[in-house]
Amino acid sequence: MLDMVVLSNERLNDQNNLLKVTPATGEKLPDTVSPGQFVQIRIENSVHTFLRRPISVNFVHTSLNQLWLLVQNVGEGTKHLCNYSEGEKINIIFPLGNQFHLPSKVTSKILLIGGGVGTAPLLFLGKKATDNGFKPNFLLGGRSAKDLLQLDDFKKYGAVYTTTEDGTQGEKGFVIHHSILQEEKYDFIYTCGPKPMMVAVAKYAHENDIECEASLENLMACGFGACLCCIEKTTRGNVCACTEGPVFNIKELTWID
Amino acid sequence: MDRLKVSIGGLELKNPVMTASGTFGYGTEYIDFIDLSRLGGIFVKGTTLEPRDGNNYSRMAETASGMLNAVGLQNKGVTYFVQHIYPEIKQYDTNIIVNVSGSSVDDYVKCSERLVDLERIPAIELNISCPNVKEGGMAFGTSCDSAAKVVKAVRKIYPKTLIVKLSPNVTNIGEIARAVEAEGADSVSLVNTFLGMAIDAEKRSPKLSTITGGLSGPCIKPIALRMVWEVYHAVGIPIIGMGGICNWQDAIEFILAGATAIQVGTYNFIDPAASVKIVDGISDYLDRHHILSIDDLIGNLNID
Repeated sequence: MLDMVVLSNERLNDQNNLLKVTPATGEKLPDTVSPGQFVQIRIENSVHTFLRRPISVNFVHTSLNQLWLLVQNVGEGTKHLCNYSEGEKINIIFPLGNQFHLPSKVTSKILLIGGGVGTAPLLFLGKKATDNGFKPNFLLGGRSAKDLLQLDDFKKYGAVYTTTEDGTQGEKGFVIHHSILQEEKYDFIYTCGPKPMMVAVAKYAHENDIECEASLENLMACGFGACLCCIEKTTRGNVCACTEGPVFNIKELTWID
Repeated sequence: MDRLKVSIGGLELKNPVMTASGTFGYGTEYIDFIDLSRLGGIFVKGTTLEPRDGNNYSRMAETASGMLNAVGLQNKGVTYFVQHIYPEIKQYDTNIIVNVSGSSVDDYVKCSERLVDLERIPAIELNISCPNVKEGGMAFGTSCDSAAKVVKAVRKIYPKTLIVKLSPNVTNIGEIARAVEAEGADSVSLVNTFLGMAIDAEKRSPKLSTITGGLSGPCIKPIALRMVWEVYHAVGIPIIGMGGICNWQDAIEFILAGATAIQVGTYNFIDPAASVKIVDGISDYLDRHHILSIDDLIGNLNID
């Protein structure tokens, strides 16, 4: 557990904020934080937010000692998070969960597919992939142009392809229909976003014999394997998405018949 | 630190603070957060004779000042516990108490028999109050006859400390407590979760896969306190109180209502170090009030 102080809380669009925090004591963020991991944030002073809120690590800026969290304002807890001001403190438990696994060969072609706020962990994964010699591509989808978040940040790490449901940016439609999936043959796909999108991506990967990892967002109470609420049915039986995941190879999941 | 010592039957606790089954895994989940040896005891995950997958997702819904769960006793069974988990946790310097559940009297007996010889398990807690399983569980805890039957059968084969976890989903919890005391229970722990329900208005669907589930957290505390008070006046055996305990004040309130010891449950999820903070808080409270022993506080409510 760590008390963090809010450095900035930038509104990215009508629904999403980028919260940048640093340890209140000034201590260095652990080097071990990896893409795919998440934090559990305590929301103080509201009877409607009894449990912590799990939020993916969006980015760790090592030299500035900053942890970035992308928050979508969808309920009481996230509304509070979007209203935090610079200098306020938040208590987090972190880092939690497993991580995305990069392929062993740097020549592998990798594609990171995200939808909506589900793009959050892919920015940090993109950086790690680039640091390790990969040339990642990104395929990011949203309802409308304003829902495509942090595009300038993603572009630092590789080619970015986009889709929007209303056609206001990139190709019109869902990520799974983007032409890049016909034009390129990828070796590994990483995905995070709404479950129907991830299931579609997993089916595409399965049919095309592409390795694929998906990051799940199951409802949880604790985040560290004690409550057994966030279970996912896998080939190993019911497992906690918080400790055995949130990242799963799609071969372990029961999404594809 | 002797002031903090309490006894539950033959079981000596270094302090009255323990952790509730189903919220504390096997203790291993918490060793990054706290020193388990600072606790009076830990109640490990509900264990059944055979392995159980538990209920389908979704198993959790947040409620105002609490949560509903519908885990359904997911566990790998008592054999796996004895062979794989016990060897890993037996070195913890605290009382390790196994919560035992079953769908028949025979299940409870067979599961308890497997635990008798484990040197570092000084007690079991019979769970006759789980609201999230179709057969057994709470069904045993909601009538005096069935509660008595389970306790009588287990008592015959289990000579160590026998704690019975009571359901609050009854009209008269004092009667159930008396029934299990009469069959030789050393202690009662209360309360387990309240049967509740949550609905998603937009989707017009229940939030839990099982439709109903067990409500826990600070929202149940006033009812739990009242039940501890009632049971304190109904039985002579020690009571382990629980239900929404988040801090030392809550713990002291349960002790004043009649509990000899307490369990921290759902709040472990929010603050995994809460139990140890409560030990420190109780210790400070005894200092401030010049109280020499926890025993002097139990049920010692000032009533004009």
